Amino acid sequence: MTHVGVVVYPGTNCEHDVAEALESVGATCELVWHTRTGLGGCDAVVLPGGFAHGDYLRPGAIARFSPVTAAVAAFARDGGPVLGICNGFQVLTEAGLLPGALQKNRGLAFLCTTVDVRVETTRSALTGEAACGQVLRIPINHFEGNYTCGVETLAELRDGDRIVLRYTDNPNGSVDDIAGICNEAGNVVGLMPHPERASDALLGSVDGLVLLRSFVGAKQLARSG
Amino acid sequence: MSGFDVLVEVRLRPGIADPQGATIERALPALGFGGISGVSVGKAFRLRVEAATEDEARTRADDLAHRLLSNPVIEDATTTVLA
Repeated sequence: MTHVGVVVYPGTNCEHDVAEALESVGATCELVWHTRTGLGGCDAVVLPGGFAHGDYLRPGAIARFSPVTAAVAAFARDGGPVLGICNGFQVLTEAGLLPGALQKNRGLAFLCTTVDVRVETTRSALTGEAACGQVLRIPINHFEGNYTCGVETLAELRDGDRIVLRYTDNPNGSVDDIAGICNEAGNVVGLMPHPERASDALLGSVDGLVLLRSFVGAKQLARSG
Repeated sequence: MSGFDVLVEVRLRPGIADPQGATIERALPALGFGGISGVSVGKAFRLRVEAATEDEARTRADDLAHRLLSNPVIEDATTTVLA
């Protein structure tokens, strides 16, 4: 059984939702406080949404210095599956585990709605069980979700098949409609939509389940690779 | 050791979209502020740095500016020693 570490910074607020959703697809979960220096016992790690360290300065700017972030970086280097959702995606970019940055939304609107995103690759830890072109209906809830990067980085993301999800109707001004990306190896993934909020019919959509199932299954891929 | 007042200014790098600047600029005419363009929004930090020399103060403030106060992926930071 896959044991997932769910990282909790001061101000993180989606950790219980993420843990419950992951448990619904067969994982066991453990909350990992940000002062921890190791991730022993974890097969995969999630940085959930919220406001790590109050989002002071910039989202993720201070979280990068939390001891657990160095442990997540080491875990990622060893090929462990790492998923950053919303604020977690922002932390991963600030920590240099994913390229680019997340800026304030175009039009300065805080967005709390449900959007369609298209699966663009199945080589990431988040999309191994999804199909390319599959459109998923998943909630977003963010002010700084406007993905930004330089032209060289964008070319690298495109050429390396690292754009994981695109919005079908860009809500926030993200470059190239990007909703989620991965690192070169595909084991580190960040996305702005919240798959855990689309994990039960009661929530209005179960489209996030295929992503969470893929992520929970990604451990075996990393180990056999 | 003495203290040096330092100003760190952080602004978006050229070519990076500035949603705050664009929104403010768009709103200005309706608010009665005509003839203003080129609005960009950044951050300013005022600090007091304990250091032996002005150069050391600038170096330490630069380090802080580039490692924490700005995100080099999208922002530039400039450091000015005020006094």
